[in-house]
Amino acid sequence: MIDYFLTEEEEMIKELARKIAEEKIKAKRAYYDETQEFPWDIVKIMAESDLFRIFIPEEYGGFGGGVMSLTVAVEELSRGCAGIALAYAGTALGTFPILLFGNEEQKKKYLPRIAEGELAAFALTEAQAGSDAGNIKTRAEKRGDYYVLNGTKQFITNGGEAGIYTVIALTNPEKGARGASAFIVEKGTPGLSFGKKENKLGIRASATREVIFQDCKIPKENLLGKEGMGFIIAMKTFDYSRPGVAAQALGIAQAALEEATKYAKERIQFGVPIANFQAIQHMLADMAIRLEAARALTYQVARNIDKGNTKITKESAMVKCLASDVAMEVTLNAVQIFGGYGYMKEYPVEKLMRDAKITQIYEGTNQIMRNIVASQLLKEVK
Amino acid sequence: MNIIVCIKQVPDTQDVKMDPERGTLIREGVKSIVNPFDLYALEEGIRIKERTGKGTVVALTMGPPQAEEALKEAIAMGVDRGILITDKAFAGADTLATSYTLAKAIEKIGSPWVIVCGRQAIDGDTAQVGPELAAWLDVPQITYVSKILEIDEKRIKAERLTDYGYDVVEATVPCVITVNKEINEPRLPSLRGMMKAKRFKPEIWDSSSMDVDRKYIGLEGSPTRVIKIFAPPQKIGGQKHEGTPEELAKIIVKKFEELKII
Repeated sequence: MIDYFLTEEEEMIKELARKIAEEKIKAKRAYYDETQEFPWDIVKIMAESDLFRIFIPEEYGGFGGGVMSLTVAVEELSRGCAGIALAYAGTALGTFPILLFGNEEQKKKYLPRIAEGELAAFALTEAQAGSDAGNIKTRAEKRGDYYVLNGTKQFITNGGEAGIYTVIALTNPEKGARGASAFIVEKGTPGLSFGKKENKLGIRASATREVIFQDCKIPKENLLGKEGMGFIIAMKTFDYSRPGVAAQALGIAQAALEEATKYAKERIQFGVPIANFQAIQHMLADMAIRLEAARALTYQVARNIDKGNTKITKESAMVKCLASDVAMEVTLNAVQIFGGYGYMKEYPVEKLMRDAKITQIYEGTNQIMRNIVASQLLKEVK
Repeated sequence: MNIIVCIKQVPDTQDVKMDPERGTLIREGVKSIVNPFDLYALEEGIRIKERTGKGTVVALTMGPPQAEEALKEAIAMGVDRGILITDKAFAGADTLATSYTLAKAIEKIGSPWVIVCGRQAIDGDTAQVGPELAAWLDVPQITYVSKILEIDEKRIKAERLTDYGYDVVEATVPCVITVNKEINEPRLPSLRGMMKAKRFKPEIWDSSSMDVDRKYIGLEGSPTRVIKIFAPPQKIGGQKHEGTPEELAKIIVKKFEELKII
């Protein structure tokens, strides 16, 4: 076993998140996967256990832990169920814009609420603006002391369930991406409503929903940073949140490796456990090798961020891309090792495979991740 | 006013194996846990404080020094105070000597309001310590509690599960209650609790720090003698026959003849 030298506090977070996954999440995951209901009972347990405090600074009711603490928590929760864990990880994503760019008043107003377990969401994507995020159409028009928002955000994690939304909208459409700004919008604001809830392949316990603004009037104090900074805020947010996606992928892959290894030792074919066959052994070995490599890099990048390294765009993209590709491969192989049983819902691996897929897609597709890595790489080599 | 929760550290019986020759438990390498019923007791103790806004929750345990770990778990869940009764003089205590020692500790803690125990421990399975504790303290007891209906500084009213349904019992306080798993769902520790537990050092009481009569403690105070420990024989299922009364009567008669009963 590799010792990643977790701090005492990180060990505690890991132990607690694992306990929640083992004792609370595992028993409920099939139900939430089947029904697509929102797992409020588990979210409440996470909140009561102080999990939402770990990424909030101490002065706002948190423990001041950083990206590494968050990574450890998300990985362990996702080992139980990535869909349920996403209520938590999606909140961290929605909180980063406030953590990174919020002024003192904004931090004082919103961070203690999140520390207590109020969910947050990040709203950038629109129907025609996925990988091409600069193509958003949602408008924010300044009228006196207010901004008036109009437009529809799509595929928003925690949509409808979160109380606090960080939203990217155009304040100056002529400037395109440079004319975007970031805002905080609270649930209950007149003009904010929620549309279609998506029926998904995986992470079905997570709410993915349209967020609609119709003449939604918000006070000008809710602008994050300055006008025109919206796109920078979004990109910087991803630098900090992508290790969280990697952590989800690690948790999913870890669960798949554990299940496949256990099953290979139990399943008898041709009179012996299938783990006796080299074909199976090599599959398990490759799964373990890749998973550990992805974990090592993810932890290292998370530590770098916590140490204050701000030039992490390339590295965050790397770990998100690597860990999610590993999770997809590992879960596919886990289903293969389970054979016909792996295809059935009575066994846990088909869900892991469905859940893994999204990690290659959201918070930037892995194609976009490679674009980011390549463009940074080419800039670095003069 | 103290809400005193008595807990016990036990071997995790899911891990326990028997030594087939000696008929004893193999304890080496088996991890210790808080007796599962006691987690419900801890939860209920904390809830009494939360619902009334009154009292101090005190976790009390008797055992070897490593039983401190059980108290740490109690602290992580949110109890206010943890006391470990530990002394070689207490070793070998049966339920009677244990309950006597706990009663003496409770006298020392003072002003008990409710004393909460788990229904039974999963290692000995006797379910005796709670009731004996009430006897030593000369206070009322309500066993197998599944719900506390009302509680204040004067009295407690609770539902207790029985084979035929449940009883509603009212008693004056201080009162000992033992709780079932039906009573609540124990909370997980919080991070704040775990951090507090990390720094926590229990108050340690030995035989000299309590007003105990030596003839009631440890092996000397324990009338119980274990003669033999064995796994009960597995029950074998009976045979089922179908047919007319005449046919069945013939089968029974034949069986009796085989067994030389008739």
